[in-house]
Amino acid sequence: MVNPNVQGKKYPETAPYLVGREKIREFANAVFSTNPINHDLFAAQAAGYPDVVAPPTFAVLIQERSLHTVLADPEADIDFSRVVHGDQRFVHVRPIVAGDELTSVLEVASVKSLGAHSMISFSTEVFDVEKLLVCTAISTLVVRGGE
Amino acid sequence: MTHINIASLEVGQEIGSEVFTFTRDSLVKYAGASGDFNPIHYRDDFAKSVGLDGVLAHGMLTMGAAVQVAVNWVGDAGKVIDYGVRFTKPVFVDANEGALLTVVGKVGAIDLETKTVRIDLTAVSNELAVLGKAQAVVQL
Repeated sequence: MVNPNVQGKKYPETAPYLVGREKIREFANAVFSTNPINHDLFAAQAAGYPDVVAPPTFAVLIQERSLHTVLADPEADIDFSRVVHGDQRFVHVRPIVAGDELTSVLEVASVKSLGAHSMISFSTEVFDVEKLLVCTAISTLVVRGGE
Repeated sequence: MTHINIASLEVGQEIGSEVFTFTRDSLVKYAGASGDFNPIHYRDDFAKSVGLDGVLAHGMLTMGAAVQVAVNWVGDAGKVIDYGVRFTKPVFVDANEGALLTVVGKVGAIDLETKTVRIDLTAVSNELAVLGKAQAVVQL
């Protein structure tokens, strides 16, 4: 069972993640994107962006970095081998582009139990180098209870 | 800038569809791109040892592929400002056959004031809806 006392707990800001152009292309290829703005610098610039644009779900990489700190937290007591992804949402203030240096701060929004299972929801705010909010990633993990 | 005239859209209108083929290669590629190396996404023996019927696709791969229908419609990945899904069923990916994911996008809501359109996506694999409440808000 996930410790319900971690509800409201905020985890320390992650180290900056530098978004590379080739990483965006690699991720875009992996999610079957053929949108030129994800791949081609000139197409992205012609559309008004400073560099290639990340696909809408790219922020999961940043969210993962924050999640790792929670999964490693003995207080939260999450058994990763029993975790199933319940839901996921990304709300963008602006798209992520190559060259961004991103940090994130995760807060445990809620911990609920559903029979033997626990549901833990996170809200991860992603900031750029000027400390402006780029995106909020909202995620629920279901931790299956013991048989 | 977009080629879409918001005034001409109607709720319920289909904006596009696509069939994606997930193979084991797709899963390994996504694992590398995302850094999610959970072995349930590439090792049958491991998947079975934790009680699964077989290797399944990363939910985030399904989510990332499905939204491409909305991206291709608007023509600019940066215009998807809000995108959320529920993971309702796993997508099992057979080592030989792979798996098909069929995605259809429809206009769910139109907001003329903010010039945003909500695209509702359905994603089906093996006759099961694998995403629930998959909604992408697109800024026109």
